[in-house]
Amino acid sequence: MSSTFRRFITEHDVALAASRVGLMQVNITRLCNQACAHCHVAAGPNRREMMARETIERCLEVLGEHPEITTLDITGGAPELHPDFRELVSRARELDRHVMVRHNLTVTLERHPVTRASLAYLPAFFAEQGVEIVSSLPHYQPYLTDRQRGSGAFERSIASMRLLNEVGYGRPGSGLELNLVHNPVGPYLPADQCSLERDYHASLERSHGVVFNRLFALTNMPVARFAEHLEALGQAEEYRDRLSAACNPAAAANVMCRNMISVGYDGTLYDCDFNQMLDLAIEPEEPATIFTFDIDRLSERDIRFGDHCFGCTAGSGSSCGGATT
Amino acid sequence: MDYYKASDLKRFAEVGTFAPELMDKFFEYYGAVTGSDGALTKREKALIALALAHAKQCPYCIDAYSTQCLESGADPEQMTEAIHVAAAMEAGMALVHGVQMQNCLKQRGAL
Repeated sequence: MSSTFRRFITEHDVALAASRVGLMQVNITRLCNQACAHCHVAAGPNRREMMARETIERCLEVLGEHPEITTLDITGGAPELHPDFRELVSRARELDRHVMVRHNLTVTLERHPVTRASLAYLPAFFAEQGVEIVSSLPHYQPYLTDRQRGSGAFERSIASMRLLNEVGYGRPGSGLELNLVHNPVGPYLPADQCSLERDYHASLERSHGVVFNRLFALTNMPVARFAEHLEALGQAEEYRDRLSAACNPAAAANVMCRNMISVGYDGTLYDCDFNQMLDLAIEPEEPATIFTFDIDRLSERDIRFGDHCFGCTAGSGSSCGGATT
Repeated sequence: MDYYKASDLKRFAEVGTFAPELMDKFFEYYGAVTGSDGALTKREKALIALALAHAKQCPYCIDAYSTQCLESGADPEQMTEAIHVAAAMEAGMALVHGVQMQNCLKQRGAL
């Protein structure tokens, strides 16, 4: 793809070749109990896309065949709403893989949007499996979180964090990691991750009595719902200019797509979750799927870049694990 | 003639069309003062700049430093307190001149 981004990395001599695949991210459903303003998946209670059982089985098979893929990162939607979620987690753990769950916190306190089943078992399940939890909490100020995630989302998130703290998450020495994700409420770049992390720790512990491990600061990607939001505000162009003007070669060198593979609910393979939402499947094999998974070819692939990639390379950089510098 | 178009801020560097060496010195100084943490953090500097932008009523600076405050991790409560500091200082600076007024009243025999 010819893009301003590709020109930028060429001009700055940034080598962004794929490296050996070490992480598999699976987006198993677009169903979510929430419909957050900035969700790049445009997930919500009315979405019904689900990864089929055979696709989940194949993901597990690929994990089993490739010990170098050390981490399984499960996302959605709210992945806990998938009927096979618990089995996917427990079987990946049986394979001794590190499992991360992109957990939105509020789902624990609400009923399944389709089956109305309770999800109150989640904190105990997570602890028993020893998964790493990565949860969106856009800000330590309740009103800024609620602006993105809906009225009352902050309070419900704190209540859910308390349940996770009770089973050991975020507590020193427990080995149970609860990491939070910050993203700006609007079209601007996130502040320095370390300084925000200090503010989050101080505010959440002092005002709400909850603890967590690390904070990941993410840049809002102008994709799907956030892109629509920017268009409605008339700020889409200004934001894209902001991202490209802040592009940082040092941040670009560590972008996450280099050593991960993203699997869509239908088994199609992508370089990242954003490319997945933009239907930019891995080239040149169209479409590359989990059923034709070939780690040697994937580790030598050309990553598909577009101008949305400035979202991962602006300022301090942004990845599913926060800043890249 | 239009005044204070938001898009004009991006054209700030064009002021260096003439005497460019002076603008270069200004931008270098400006960047050194505001662009990184020093004895004050970037966030503290941004809050000071935001307060000053209100006191001096510069719309360009209000736009730029509202964003800069957010991007350096300040929240709207801190930003609002910062502009109250500016407003309180402005009020205090007006009111403290009341002493001058009273000096005058004394001279005129009215106090």
